[in-house]
Amino acid sequence: MSRISKLAATGSAALIVAMAAANADAKDRVKVGFIGPLTGGVSVNGIGGRNSADVAVKLRNADPTTKYEYELVVLDDECKPNVAVQVATKMAADKDVIAGATHYCSAAAIATVDTYHKFGFPVIVWGAVLPDITYRNKYAEIHRVNGTMINQNDANAELISKLGYKTVAVIHDTTDYGKGHNEYFSKALDKIGKAKIVGTFGVTADQQDFTAELTKIKALNPDVIYFGGLTPIGVRIRSQMDKLGIRAVFDGTSGIVSDAYVQGLGPLAEGTLAFREGAPTDKLPGGKFFMEKYNEQKYDSPPEAYGAFAYAATVMILDAIEKVGPERKKVIAELENVKDRDSIVGKITFDDHGQNTVPVITKYVVQDGKFVEWDESEYASGKRKLPGQK
Amino acid sequence: MDTGLLAQYVMNGLMLGMMYALVAVGFTLFFGVLDVIKFSHGDVLTVGAFTALATYVGFSSLGLQSNWLALLAMLVLATLSMAFLGMVIARYLVMPLRSAPPLNTLLITLMLGTVLRETVRLFYPQGANPKPFPPLLPRSSVDIGTFNLRLDNVLMLSAGMLVIVGLQYLLNRTRLGLAIRAVAQDEETARTMGINFTAVVLVTFAIGSGLAAFAGVMNGLYYNEINFGIGLYLGVVGFSAAIIGGLGSIYGAILGGFLFAGLQIIGTVLLPFASAYKDVFAFAAVIAIMAWRPTGLIREKISERV
Repeated sequence: MSRISKLAATGSAALIVAMAAANADAKDRVKVGFIGPLTGGVSVNGIGGRNSADVAVKLRNADPTTKYEYELVVLDDECKPNVAVQVATKMAADKDVIAGATHYCSAAAIATVDTYHKFGFPVIVWGAVLPDITYRNKYAEIHRVNGTMINQNDANAELISKLGYKTVAVIHDTTDYGKGHNEYFSKALDKIGKAKIVGTFGVTADQQDFTAELTKIKALNPDVIYFGGLTPIGVRIRSQMDKLGIRAVFDGTSGIVSDAYVQGLGPLAEGTLAFREGAPTDKLPGGKFFMEKYNEQKYDSPPEAYGAFAYAATVMILDAIEKVGPERKKVIAELENVKDRDSIVGKITFDDHGQNTVPVITKYVVQDGKFVEWDESEYASGKRKLPGQK
Repeated sequence: MDTGLLAQYVMNGLMLGMMYALVAVGFTLFFGVLDVIKFSHGDVLTVGAFTALATYVGFSSLGLQSNWLALLAMLVLATLSMAFLGMVIARYLVMPLRSAPPLNTLLITLMLGTVLRETVRLFYPQGANPKPFPPLLPRSSVDIGTFNLRLDNVLMLSAGMLVIVGLQYLLNRTRLGLAIRAVAQDEETARTMGINFTAVVLVTFAIGSGLAAFAGVMNGLYYNEINFGIGLYLGVVGFSAAIIGGLGSIYGAILGGFLFAGLQIIGTVLLPFASAYKDVFAFAAVIAIMAWRPTGLIREKISERV
């Protein structure tokens, strides 16, 4: 090192110390991250999650007893694996960001786990449901507050079998997310053994035209069309089913539980089934509190199905930082011993893979333009009937 | 397979093929008069579809109810404004590069396509999200066995057919068409015969881009949804269709469009493995056809290899 640069280094170090001293009475600023799909077909879910994380940070900053002043760094993964890796690298490489609530899309989340591990960046996944995200590796950095798709597909297969349906056609997108749904649903249905799958169709995640696949399905004449994928193509498939005059039950996954699905289809959404881990937001222990705080902020879009999870993930990160200080390693160590922690989504316990073990699955059916809990719907009571329901 | 299902497949294929053909015709027209490949063509379609949607939003905010009037306004406005956009692109981007290597035109239009696409994404309100497109055509349908015949599909197909017949008439039976064909065959001779070269090129680009806007509106009405990316895919398909048909030949483009749609349907129906590979199958078939007939199925009179 030359003398000049040595001098410069000493000088700037002195400057930093001086600045820190000047700020001593103000709270230190700590950055936490949020990543979700803010543009593209599922952006409503990403924006709902972002707003919910924002509520968590704002509430914390409003509390005078906290040690730090928090700032939320928001990045957009566009629900695309390649973009997700870029933004994950960007966030993890920024040493000022301590931890993050990340990803709604499974394809994006699974692509980024190695990145977070490499950088030692603790994350809590707030919406993606692919089991592999937590279970493929045993990375200390990766946690997840919501459940996996295994549980929801068990519940799905069970309901389909219970309703007496015999034949199912499967459409899934060919991302890790859709393939996972196909795999776990097919397994669950086989295990019960009452209904059989008559055809499986993999489609690309941005496909526009499904008439060829659907005509083929029409020939198979199934009772149910199971769809493992996200809202945009869910809307397309359901609307093209109608155009071809297919009257099967449309049976979706957590990927279509959003207001955008109902809005995109209007009356056609009626009678669509869907399943999601956790209880509906208003049934959650802290659901009422969360909705009140969310509405106070006057965002122009709702929290959507996973907003409460994004809120819970962010709160958990903030709690950890408050307790052990803004250091990634300590935050990771702190997140390891989360057990029966109270949160607005219920008790949270991370297993040795950082997976929350939530057993609750909620069954939904669209009734009069809303996702209604199955057990409370007029379909369950027999007042209305799904196509072919006994 | 029973006939009802077969009819259904044919109907699906015809709808897809009609959209592909309309895009392919544009490619082939541009190549005909200027020997250029204009890659922004698909994105002009997107802008056309969004113009139509914006027209609808404006129309309904005026409190007007009639679906037919709205549709008419959308078609007229989208077609005319895209025709104008096509002329601007031809005049200020394509023609100045005429003496440069064709690769430059290809690149500049490819970039223009990205600019158009991103403009829709960034500046149309919430342009990054898929937009519901209003179903303006009557939705009634008849079941004939397992075949579900919908009135809106029939109307769209007939409208597309009329447009193609009209274009055919324009090219073969009018003085303007004669001029376009003359320019396409030999530019210099056409000039010496007193044909205004610039005007003919601009009109050709206007026609091609207007057709793209028409296809964009049709796409919206068929799927009831548009997004900023539709043009990218349709552009690639339309271009491939124009190539296998024989770049420069109108009939070739139409044939190519329907052939490509047919290949996709066959890829879904007959192949035993997952339908996710239908595009792989269709494009592989395009490669095979190009290897077999490098100048396309229907050759231009004086053909140039691509």
